[in-house]
Amino acid sequence: MTVGVPDLQKLADSVVEQAKSGEQIEAYVSRGGETSVRVYEGELEHFVSAQSEGVGIRIIKDGRTGFAYAGTLEPSAIAEVLAEARDNIQFGTVDQWAGLAEPDGVQQIPQKFWDEELASYPTDKKIEITKELEKLTLAADSRVRSEQSNYEDGWGETAVSTTTGIRESGRGNSCYVSVATLADDGDEAQTGFGFSVGDSPKEFDLQKAAREAADRATRLLGATKPASKKVTIVLDPYVTSQFVSILSSALNGENLAKGRSLFADRLNEQVADARFTLVDDPTNKLAYTATDIDGEGLAARRNVLIENGVLKMFVHSSYSARRMNTKSTGNATRGGFAGGPGVGCLAMQVQPGTKTQAELIASIDDGVLIQDVAGMHSGVNTISGDFSTGASGIVITNGTLGAPIREFTIASTLQKMLLNIVDLGKDIDWLPMRAVGLSLVISDVMMSGS
Amino acid sequence: MAKTQSAEPLVAPDVLERVLAAGRSTGAEFSEVYVEDKRSTSAGLDDGKVEQVTSGRDRGAGIRVVSGETTGFAHTSDLSERGLLAAAQAAAMAAKQGGGGVNKVQLGDVLRHSVNTVKVAPDGVEKSRKVELLKRVDAAARAVNASIVQVSAGYGDSRRRILVANSNGVLSADEQVRTLLRVSVVATGDGGMQTGYDSLGHTIGFEMFDENDVEELAIRAAKQAVTKLSARPAPSGAMPVVIKRGSGGVLFHEACGHGLEADLVGKSASVYRGKMGELVASSLVTLVDDGTMTAEWGAIGIDDEGHPSQRNTLIQDGVLTDYMWDYLRARKEGRAQSGNGRRQSYQHLPMVRMTNTFVLNGKEDPDEIVRNTKQGVYVAKLGGGQVDTASGDFVFGMTEAYLIENGEITEPLREGNLIGNGPEVLKDIDLLGNDFAMGNPGTCGKDGQGVPVGDGQPTLRVRSLTIGGTAA
Repeated sequence: MTVGVPDLQKLADSVVEQAKSGEQIEAYVSRGGETSVRVYEGELEHFVSAQSEGVGIRIIKDGRTGFAYAGTLEPSAIAEVLAEARDNIQFGTVDQWAGLAEPDGVQQIPQKFWDEELASYPTDKKIEITKELEKLTLAADSRVRSEQSNYEDGWGETAVSTTTGIRESGRGNSCYVSVATLADDGDEAQTGFGFSVGDSPKEFDLQKAAREAADRATRLLGATKPASKKVTIVLDPYVTSQFVSILSSALNGENLAKGRSLFADRLNEQVADARFTLVDDPTNKLAYTATDIDGEGLAARRNVLIENGVLKMFVHSSYSARRMNTKSTGNATRGGFAGGPGVGCLAMQVQPGTKTQAELIASIDDGVLIQDVAGMHSGVNTISGDFSTGASGIVITNGTLGAPIREFTIASTLQKMLLNIVDLGKDIDWLPMRAVGLSLVISDVMMSGS
Repeated sequence: MAKTQSAEPLVAPDVLERVLAAGRSTGAEFSEVYVEDKRSTSAGLDDGKVEQVTSGRDRGAGIRVVSGETTGFAHTSDLSERGLLAAAQAAAMAAKQGGGGVNKVQLGDVLRHSVNTVKVAPDGVEKSRKVELLKRVDAAARAVNASIVQVSAGYGDSRRRILVANSNGVLSADEQVRTLLRVSVVATGDGGMQTGYDSLGHTIGFEMFDENDVEELAIRAAKQAVTKLSARPAPSGAMPVVIKRGSGGVLFHEACGHGLEADLVGKSASVYRGKMGELVASSLVTLVDDGTMTAEWGAIGIDDEGHPSQRNTLIQDGVLTDYMWDYLRARKEGRAQSGNGRRQSYQHLPMVRMTNTFVLNGKEDPDEIVRNTKQGVYVAKLGGGQVDTASGDFVFGMTEAYLIENGEITEPLREGNLIGNGPEVLKDIDLLGNDFAMGNPGTCGKDGQGVPVGDGQPTLRVRSLTIGGTAA
């Protein structure tokens, strides 16, 4: 990584140096802190200031893996974690592909993850911003109430060392504001939210966050339940981002190896409409989840996954790559010190189309603009491909937006939805999520209502 | 409830007293120390191999200071007096109101309120026995049918010791043990792949496996996947839905549970605000939240604010009788806490959370409920859900469901979400069975924190729910 953290790297090295004959060891150490400010009705509701640290140690011997972690960096605890991880090896099954990543010569693309201005930003200004966001939100529409206005920032430092020669360390910080709203009309209440992210608070667009939070809550007031029918849907960028994110599971090389990918046996086949090109590119600094290394310490890289609708590749960690007799694509994921690496897309980007959302809507006779979905975790099965989510949105009739609707579902299968992509917007939105947002038009989706 | 002297508290009472006093050094009226020491073991089997056994240790303290409407919070993994005092000062600064002075805090004996008896502490059980369970699950699931192509199984146990002390003199301790086994299965057929899932989890130790057959669990998950291979697309539109006992507690968790949490009600972010004493559900419905329910996944001795868990009736015969409360919300309303102040870990602030939430038995024979339904959907297993508490709109996934045709359960259906509006669905419950059962262990997410919860209900019918299928 671009900026090293020598003391953490040394700590990780000191663990790895204790490897016994025949052992591969990976030490992952991290520490970080966060500030969380919440304002409600002009008053500071809570202020959280917290620091945490921890170590995770993975040991592989004779094809067996053991792992242990602790939420502290005390020397005695690290010794205990090493002993526990070593003890856990004996219970694993021999796996001929088990192993750590090895340096592959791919160069890292330097990026900036640390902002000095954020690091020294005064506490009272953070509280001021949070109050200002609430004030702007309430001013945006007289029907809007506040549920909470938040400021959050965090910093983290990590280091990973392995007996196979990986040595990486780095630090980063980030911040965002968000506001949750309620809008009332008689007995009816609807909710909304808005947010803004930046390298430092000076990059926040509070006005935009406030306006979105007010709009989201008010636009559904008076919404009714629609009748069931087949429709063309336009996914709002925020919804498209969630839709694209779930494809990560089907493009995951470990899921492929274990027979859990709905794209198995489809390599170089048409799996989506020809207008759809999907890239995983954590080296693009515009992506919220941009990174220079993956969860095993290999350089992050740009991978074209689906090109003009044709499935070009799966993403791999060093483990899934060994299983599939290929090379890591730099797609190991990691949730922190408490777990080992997994596999997944890091920063998914859809190649944009040429139209604005308004132009996309203008070309639809009978459809729905989907502004929010619920139950992505409960109604979408990434193995079978069954897709069903709760939704709310606005009716499109003869190219024009009409009345708001809610309490309905949209359903199809992931396989069909990809092939039924009719158009894409040019309205790229770099949301604070794993996938980029843009407007996406999908035909032949079942809307289920009354 | 027994009051006993703690044998070895996580932090000595005199240290706690000094830390609580430091928390109030900037004039705050309330300070609290929450100490947690959690040890866990987990093991995962996938693709026929035990991939990894993991040991974990999470230990630290969260210090909360309240001054008027403002809460200051800091946490630390350093449990020495120096570390705790530093965190207390940080929390005190965060809640500073301009006042000052030293506030002496005196603590009495440790309150212990235990609702479970752990016979076999899981951290004393050989890891090889835990791994063995996974191998049995794998073998049993694969033996069900040649169409089973993949099995993943996970074992987890944890022992969480907590100690809560506050400036009101509360000093409580608890030891919470949880043991869990889960299995996911993939079956493949002409129409593609289908999945099955089941889990078993209780707030007891390794004796859970003497009382439950893990092979049965594996077979249930495998059969669910195999059955769905011949499933037809779920219907769309609104129709009667019968929900099997012990599989649909999540309906109440989403349809009204969250909406009865006093923090959401207090901000008028719940569709149930201002409805106390009103009919909010069918008169068949009596809804209870019970943290004392022995061995169930949401059972706790004390909540994470040191208040003993208790049984609270929220809806009695359809009438809203109470919300759920934590310290801050109860203090504001000048009423008693209800044992619902919970947090994910010492790194989190407590808030109002459910424990075990369930609907009491009705009178109907469950078979009669199906026979009396001419056309509809029978849900045998529900997945997760999500609710917008302000509008009351909620969804939940059906992972195993069948058509009901002429009073009989017929063809299996593919997965999908169901959608409804909380108050409307509660009023639409028109048949309630006499076969109450608790459901699978769950994790409830709210404001970024996950806590273990349980739910349950007898077989019941909702007159009209919207099925999110693809068939016309």
